[in-house]
Order: sequence, then structure tokens, then C-alpha cells
Amino acid sequence: MNLWQQYLSPRSISEAIQALQSAPGAALPIAGGTDLLLDLQQGRHSPVHTLIDLTTIPELNALEVRQNNLFIGAAVSLNRIARHRLVGQHAQALVEACDLVGGPQVRNVATLGGNVAHALPAADGTIALLALDAQAEIADSSGLRSVSLSSLFLGPGKSTLRRGEELLVGFTVPLMEPLQGSCFKRIMRPQGVALPIINLAICISRQHETISDLRIAVGPGAAIPWRAKDAEQVLLTKTYDQTAIEAGLAAVLAHVGFRSSPLRASAEYRRHLVGALFKDTLATAWKRTR
Amino acid sequence: MANKFSLTVNGKSHSLFALAGETLAELLRNRLRLTGTKIGCEESECGACTVLVDGDPVLSCMYPAQRAAGKTVLSIEGLAQEFTPVGENGHGPKPNEAQRLHPLQQAFVDHGAVQCGFCIPGQIMTAHALLALNPDPTSEDLRIALKDTLCRCGGYPSIESAILAAGRAMRTGEPIQAPLIAESANPHSIVGHIQERPDAVEKVDGSAIYTDDLEFEGMLFAKVRRAGVPHAILKSLDISKALALPGVLSILTSTDIPGEHNHGLVYPDWPVMIGVGERIRYVGDALAILAAETEELAERAAVLIEAEFDLQPVISGPVQARQEGVPQIHEKGNLLKHIKVRKGDIEQGFAESQVILEHTFHTPITEHAFLEPECSIAVPTADERMEIYVGSQIPYQDRAQVARVLGWPEKRVRIVGQLMGGGFGGKEDIAGQIHAAMLAQATGRPVKLLFDRHESMLVHPKRHATQIRIKLGARNDGRLVAMETELYGDTGAYASLGDKVMTRATTHSAGPYVVPHVRADCYAMYTNNPPAGAFRGFGVTQSAFAVESMMDMLAEKLNLDPVELRLKNALDVASITNTGQTLRESVGLKECVEKVSGAMHKLTPHPFQPKPASYAPHLVRAWGLAAAYKNTGLGGGAPDKSGADLELFEDGSLEIRSSAAELGQGLVTVMRMVVAEEMAVPPSQVRVLVMDTDLTPDGGPTTASRQTYVTGNAARLAAVTLRDAIRASFAEKYDVPPEQIRFEAGSVRANGHSLLLADVAREMKAMGQQPRALYEYEAPKTTPLGEGGDMHFAFSFAAQAAEVEVNTLTGEVRVLRVIAASDVGAVVNPLGLQGQVEGGVMMGLGNALTEEFIMHEGRVVTDHLARYRVPGIMLTPEITSIVVEHPTAEGPYGAKGVGEVSSIPTTPAITNAIYNAVGVRIDKLPVDQELIARALWEQKPL
Repeated sequence: MNLWQQYLSPRSISEAIQALQSAPGAALPIAGGTDLLLDLQQGRHSPVHTLIDLTTIPELNALEVRQNNLFIGAAVSLNRIARHRLVGQHAQALVEACDLVGGPQVRNVATLGGNVAHALPAADGTIALLALDAQAEIADSSGLRSVSLSSLFLGPGKSTLRRGEELLVGFTVPLMEPLQGSCFKRIMRPQGVALPIINLAICISRQHETISDLRIAVGPGAAIPWRAKDAEQVLLTKTYDQTAIEAGLAAVLAHVGFRSSPLRASAEYRRHLVGALFKDTLATAWKRTR
Repeated sequence: MANKFSLTVNGKSHSLFALAGETLAELLRNRLRLTGTKIGCEESECGACTVLVDGDPVLSCMYPAQRAAGKTVLSIEGLAQEFTPVGENGHGPKPNEAQRLHPLQQAFVDHGAVQCGFCIPGQIMTAHALLALNPDPTSEDLRIALKDTLCRCGGYPSIESAILAAGRAMRTGEPIQAPLIAESANPHSIVGHIQERPDAVEKVDGSAIYTDDLEFEGMLFAKVRRAGVPHAILKSLDISKALALPGVLSILTSTDIPGEHNHGLVYPDWPVMIGVGERIRYVGDALAILAAETEELAERAAVLIEAEFDLQPVISGPVQARQEGVPQIHEKGNLLKHIKVRKGDIEQGFAESQVILEHTFHTPITEHAFLEPECSIAVPTADERMEIYVGSQIPYQDRAQVARVLGWPEKRVRIVGQLMGGGFGGKEDIAGQIHAAMLAQATGRPVKLLFDRHESMLVHPKRHATQIRIKLGARNDGRLVAMETELYGDTGAYASLGDKVMTRATTHSAGPYVVPHVRADCYAMYTNNPPAGAFRGFGVTQSAFAVESMMDMLAEKLNLDPVELRLKNALDVASITNTGQTLRESVGLKECVEKVSGAMHKLTPHPFQPKPASYAPHLVRAWGLAAAYKNTGLGGGAPDKSGADLELFEDGSLEIRSSAAELGQGLVTVMRMVVAEEMAVPPSQVRVLVMDTDLTPDGGPTTASRQTYVTGNAARLAAVTLRDAIRASFAEKYDVPPEQIRFEAGSVRANGHSLLLADVAREMKAMGQQPRALYEYEAPKTTPLGEGGDMHFAFSFAAQAAEVEVNTLTGEVRVLRVIAASDVGAVVNPLGLQGQVEGGVMMGLGNALTEEFIMHEGRVVTDHLARYRVPGIMLTPEITSIVVEHPTAEGPYGAKGVGEVSSIPTTPAITNAIYNAVGVRIDKLPVDQELIARALWEQKPL
């Protein structure tokens, strides 16, 4: 059945918000649409009358350095992010995450905004952004505002974005400093749903052999994209060595809230995997601080 | 905003009105009639619909058409014109002028990367985008680019070599390098040499027409209202709301069936539609069918048909189905068939055994996932007949089944077979043929019934899930003495070919070995799951997994080498099979095992020992081995016939006709080669027509790896018959003895006389003779199971070794290399054979690692391709194909089947390798990495 009746391609944020509010029936913004159209097709999303294409809005397609941040528009395709020099320079973890979502054809269309807006606890792009300390830019009819990424999430598939009123415009990530590095890795299973069993991103800074700053994000570590803040505290100011790594892992395991998902992995298996993944990701991120 | 938009497609600009819900694929296919872009899943999973938008490959099936406004789209039809070599001394080979192919397209043809062809436009477009960005890609680059562009024929190695060859040719300006494929050791002038497919060019340039690509004047669109519940009595059915929808022309229910109410290949137990008061046996049962002016209307109407159910307890597996006191799904009960194999005295056998092992294995339902979903178009004709356009593995059976339901004589129905985007056994049963015909009869208009991927997955018969218990007895030196097997097969709601499939599983359940004492019992059980039927391997895939695992368990128990153990017990000439058949010839199993073993040892000394990677000790590698055999042909006493009709035309060309089905496997190439060989003409002079019940004689079902043998023989003998007729005519005219007449270089020659075949055709016609021969070939008689003697007229044999790498931390498994040796009797077309072996290995790999059709209480969990993973190019190992030729006297040039045996040993070779690497025995498919990880951490906690 027709998945939409009307398809609009606004040229500005205000035009898009206007269109959202004035559509004759249910209206939704669409960026890549790689999840949304399937949700509509397979009845996981209520029918919609108007789709409002965000990929034609210049601001949502920007990818540039703004002051001390890297700005990535919400409608930039994952492939463009993964191939972009600036992202490689300032957000290696995000390159790795964007390069692993779906297949190459999907990544030419799918966007980082969509990845985040779906609010899934193990979305690859979201987990990387979380470790990179990203802020989200949101627009409504009154203008733009910036919020921390983690404040967007309420639960699996639920975000704080007000439907029909707000749009995700883009993300800002602090520029990499010297002696800082990031890394994203995940573990899949070859059967069924193409979602990671577990993914993990780390952004770390060093001072000599000491960990001077770090953020660890683990999916699906909780009902929302999860930061392992206790583990971060344990590792902070520690010398990077085996003892610290084990203590960090213990702190991750003490607080992570893995669930069992019937067709993907048991919580027990995830707890087992997180050890190998944590050590591997941490080692790579640390190596990149040099 | 404007409801008109413009875009450029293949260099041409179009200004079009926006249509609600239109995707780019629909725009290309329906409005611009560029049907080279294929729709395989309509859910962004398969990649068949890939086109380039502003140079980037995207999935057009989920790309809103209006998003392409102002953009440039390139589809397969526009690719050839994209390529312009730069002058005489410039770069890139000249495009093939006659065919106007892009180098990528030509390389796909040359390398045999084209089989069913349905995925090919997507593969080529994805590859083109890659080469544009990266003219000299590595294999790794290429695999990343093609990661999600699926090929179910599994020709990934050929696709890879084709792309690399095209890239090289485009960079250097040199001709495309030929593939490195060994030809037959005993070639004839054409048979045994590499030959491209007759349909290869149309499959790479986008002009190949599959059923869904056809359009007819006034065509309606059909939809089926499915039960959606697995077990129930239908209490009521209300079609009034749907019928009230303007544009809905006809809704039919069970009371509208003019003839017989059931269909079915062996047992007619499958209702065309379920009537009120009747039993629903699975979620895919049809309640009502309808035809409407548009697809959109048909879909909306189907949802408006209301049904009420009296739900019944669900039988969800074969073991449960056999328990006492459970609900009975069919009047005759839940047992479709109890199949028995008896040889020797099993009690005595175990008494004589020095070691006895017993283990139980489980295999899941699996899905064919042919990339072309089922499509039937029924067209009523002016002379009150019905033409049905469909891709079917058994056209004459379709004709019979449609006619019975319409209540017509068979001759009033014509099946016009179309190119098929894969079958693998899944297009043997009726899909939409009957429903489309009923609606066309009711409306007097052409009716198309196309399944979407979801419906395809719910409805068509699958591979049987099995539980297989094996008790094996052997001497301490490894000689097998006794084998007792007990199999449960889940045949689902209807019989389909379940009886035959599970018979094959049972007769092959002791493996390709000499076992003096055998007792096998199989219970093929009805359940409320989708029906199970034919699927490449036909039951042997399941039993081979069990018995080949047992063989390795025995080798370990006795501390014997797995190669030695298999050689010690392998079937050979003069061996007697479990069913009492003495093998008189063509048993190449030992050579297969020896060659695989030799190649494996050359790569890795002590291949069965675990080897941690030096750079990462948690990655452990090892090889595993398995052997297999599979009958060629129907066997079991079924008459196995095929007809072929060969005609010589006055332009010297020939046409060979048979209803045998081409589903991508390459039968049409075989038929062309056989005729060219016998008539001494270039293959290009031979046309092949298949699958048309008006124009081609019955070639029987395309199943059981039988067509190269049976229809190959029919084609060969039709040529011999035609040659005899020509000889007689020539002998009379020139007064020469017929035995001196030779067929050479497109001519007939004797005693200095020479006549071109074109002239022969003219002269024969002038004399009132038809230069045409019809031959009905009948394969050697076989005997039913239980009667001893030859149950099958030929067997193919195979051995495979797989090298895996297991991540001992995560349990993840990668298959690195597979060596496959197949005794195919004799090679007819090395290029086609390569594709069958690669594809067989890939399907076996999927069966081992990725594929599981999951049911929960009769409901399908894996109801979309996104939930059922078919292996892609990233999982493709290095595949080495070794061909073993032990000719079978009656086969054409000695050939026997290969389509199935190439797939059977792969799964146990992989699971045996996993055991050798990490000591975890996989007894349930698919391999669960969590289970491996768990077993390892329980042995050695972190």
C-alpha cells in the first residue's frame, strides 16, 4: 500500500517545521528513511500522510568545523561521514561506527540524525557520538538550541524530541586535542537481525602514561544509550596498565545492565563479550593517543 | 509545492507527475519500463534494485522517487553507454560492438558470474560505482562494496574475479582476462570446454525479462487473503467490504472453485482455498483471492476481508506431532509416512561392534530465498484457453494442477515458462499459478499475482527441520559394522514432496559408506508449520550433517585420521548400498577424499590440529572434512523421462526444445553444447527453448540433479536421430553408404560431396521430409525402496574440507578456505560447473552458519529477509573446486548430476573443523557462537 500520500522537499528548517505543522494529515520528517520506510511498510509505525524530506535543507547537510567543534548535519549520509577527512581527524570512533551500519547502499542514504533519532540503545552512531561527548542541535519554531546527546533519550525507541514540533539539526563534537584518541568496535552474530550484540566506543586522553580524560559508551548497556561513568571514574588519573584495565572492566561489569534478547544474545553472553571488546577498544583508542 | 518533478535517467531527462508512495524502483520499472532494475525483497536487504543516484549506489526499492528530483540516475540499461574508451591509444578496451557491453558486463559473461541473473544488475551497478571511485580495488575493497548485494546462486568468487578482471581491462586497455578454470580431462570438441550461457548477455544488459517484467493489456493485480493463524477452523468469511471497494473486480472463495479443491505434487492434500467450516493448517493458507485494477487497490481490499476463527492447539514440531493424544492435522493423522531401510541384522551388527557411539542432531527449517519472488500471470485467450506465465521447476505439473482445479482438460492450459531468478527446489510446488488462473477465468482479463518477500517467506515449502539420532557400531580398526538411525522430519502442513525428501534423507542416513547392518526409521510428520518440500540436497543435507559428524566422533574415539576412516569405509565399485544396490561403475568417492586430503595437506600440515594465530592467539584455526553422495535422478521406481525436440532450419540454425526448467543452474548451456557437439556446429548456431507446454515436450521435473543426465541425453539422442534422418536423405541423394557420411564444421560430407546444414534443411523440405527429431529418453529403470536392486541409476560423490577460524573469546566462526572435490562423471561445461560448486558451497555455508527459519507456535518469526540471513560476499571463503571424472556409461558423455552434491558436505566439514579447532561439537544448526563461547568459558573461565 502507498506508504505516503504527499512528499515535500523543503529548503529551510523553518519551511520544514511549517510543513510539519500544516500538513493535512499525519506528517513526519524523513531523512534517509532507511528505517522509517520499513517501519511504515511493516506496520511498526502508524500510517502517515505527508513525508517531509530533510535532506534538501542545506543546514542539515553541513559538515564543517565551527569554532572548537566539528558540526555534522543530521541529514549527512553515513558514507559521507565515514569518508570525510575532518571526521577522520576529529572523530575516528564515528568513522568506524558509520562504516559498520547496514550495507554500503544503505549508508549512502542513511543519516546520523536517523540513527540517533531512533533512540535505540545500541545504535552504532549514537554510541560513538556519546563517547565523543557530542551535543545535539535541535530546532523548533522558536529557534535553535543545543543539548547534550544523552538528554535526548527516554527509553528504547523513545526520544525527547517533540514529534511534529522539533527537528534534529545536527551534532557537534569537540575537536580532537593532542594526545587524544577514540575507537569504536562491535560484535555481531551472523544470523537474523542485523543489529550488534554489543558495541562499545571509547574516547581517551593521556598525559604521559596517565589517563587524563575518558568516556566509555556501551550498547545496549541500559534501556537508553549508556555511558559507563563508574568505569570512567575508576580509570581517570590512573596509569594505563593491566591493573587499571581490569579495574575499569570490573566497574563496567558492576554497573552495566545487559538484557537477554531472544534472537541475539543472552545477558550472560554479553557480559562475557564486553570484557574482550572493552580491552580491545581501549587498547586501540590508547594507541591512537600517541 | 509542485507535484511535477524532473530527473535524468541514463542520460535522458524526464519530467513526471509525482505519484503517492512511489519509489524510484517503481518509477523506473513501471513508468519508464526499465525493468532491468529488479525487486528482490522490497526491504533494503538484497541489493538487486541497486541503481546509482548522482554516482552513489542506492537501493531504489526504498528510495522515494521524488527524492531523485534534479538528480542523475544510472540503471543497468544505461551502463554500456557510460563507457567510452579514449581513442586508439587511450585507456580501456573497446566496448564489444556487436553486443555493446560495458567491460564489467562482458567480464561477468566471460567469468560465469551470471547464473539465474536476477541479482546481476545490482551486482554490476554496485561494482561500477566502486570502480569509478577506486579503479584498482583490492579483493577487500570489493567485498566491502558488495557486502549487502546478495547472490543466492552463490557465485561470489566468480563475481569477484569478473570485477577484478574488468577493472584491470579498464585500467590497462587490454582485453578482459579469461577466468582460470580447468576444463575436462577428456574433452570433446565442445563438451568439456568452457561455454558461456546463451542468456548471459541479456542478463547483464538488463534486457532479460522475468515474469514480473511482463505487461499485458488490461492486466489486473491479484492478492491472496492468507489465514495468518496456524491452526483453526474457519468460522466465517466476509468479503462484502472488500467487494464494495471500487476497482475490485472479483473476489473468489472456496465455493467458487470449479474443479478439484486440492492440489499437491504427490498427494493432493493442499487446499486451493479454505472454506468456512474447514481446517486451516498453517499461516499461509489461502482464504480468498481477489483481482483489482491496481496493486494498491488489491492490497487494500485484501485487508478488508474479514475472517473469524475457531483456534486449535498448534503442533509445532515433528516429535510432538507423533505423540499420543495430540490433535490430528489431517484426516489420516499426523504421520505422512514411516520410511524404513533394512539391511543385514542390526542386533548382530552391534554385537559384533567393538565400539558403539550414539548421538542426536537437530537441523532447522531453512528458506530457499531465491532472489526472485514468485510471480504468475494468467492470460485468458480468445480460443478459451489459459496461458500462464511463470517461472516454475515443473511446467507440465503446473499445467496438470491448474487444469484439475479449473475442471478443464490439460490441453486448455498452457504454461509459458519465464526466466527464473533461482529456485533451488522452492519453485516445484504451486505458488500463485492456480489463483491467478481462477481470477483470470472469472474476470476474462490477464491477472498478475506477485508475492512480496514476506508472502514468499510465509507461503512456499521449506527445507525440512529434522531430528536425527544415530547409533553407530564399528570395529577398533574403524570398519563400520552397524548403523541405526531414527529421523523425524517436519513436513509442515501439507505433503508437498515430503515423502520423497525424507526417503532420501533416510536412505542416505548412513553416509556414503559400506555398512553391513543398517536399520533406519524415519517419521515424516505433519505439523502446523509451513509445508516442507524440495530444497537442494533433498533431505541428504540434513542426514549428512548427522552422519559426517558421527564419523569424526568415531575417528576421535578410535584415534584414527578422519581421512583414513572415510577411505576405509567409502563406497566403491562393487559395494552394496544400504538399500541393497550393487554399485557397478562411476564411484569416484575415494578419489574425491584423496584429492581433497592431498590439497589440504599441501596447504596445512596436520590440518586437523588446532593452530592459534601467531598475531592473535585467541584466533584458532583448523580444518574439517566431510564426504557425501547424492542420487542423480528420481529413482525408487519412478519412471524418469525427458523429451527433446530438435529442429534444423533453412538458415542452418538449430533449435532444441524441452520443458525442462532453467532456474539459473545452466541447463540451457548444456543443451546447446550437446546439440552443437553432435551436429558439429558452433554453439551459437543452436537456440534453446525451454518450459513451454505448447512448444516443448515434457522434460519432467527439474529436481534431483537430473536434468544434465536426463534432458542432456534426450537432447543428445534427438541429435542422433536427426543425424540419422539427414544421413538417410543424403545417402539417397548422393548414393553413398550412410556410415561414410560425416558431420563436420556445419556441413554434411561424404565421398567428396559436402552440403551445408542450411542446404540440407532446404533439400529435405523440398523432398517433403521434416529436418526435425523428437526423442523421448527414458533413464534406466529403478526399483522402489525395500525391493533391493537399483534404487537409483547413478550417484554423484563429493568430499570437502573447510578451514575455519574460531575466536575463542567471542565464539565467532569464520570459514577461510574450502576445498571441494566433486565426482560429476564428466564435465560438460566447466564454467557452469564452477558456478554450481561455488554456489553449493555457499549454500552449505549458510546452512552451517547463518540460516534458520524460526517458528514460534506455528507463527513465522523470520518473516522478512532482514531476519533470515543469506550469506553474502563477506562470508565467502576461498573456494577451490577439484573435478573428479568417473564417467557413468549411460550419462551423456559420462556426466551425472552436481547441483546438490556440491552443497551437501560443506556444513559438516565446517562443524567438524570447529570441533578440531576448539573441541566444541556442534549438534544443532545453525552454529551458535554463543554456545561455542559458553563452552569455552566454562572450560576455562576468564
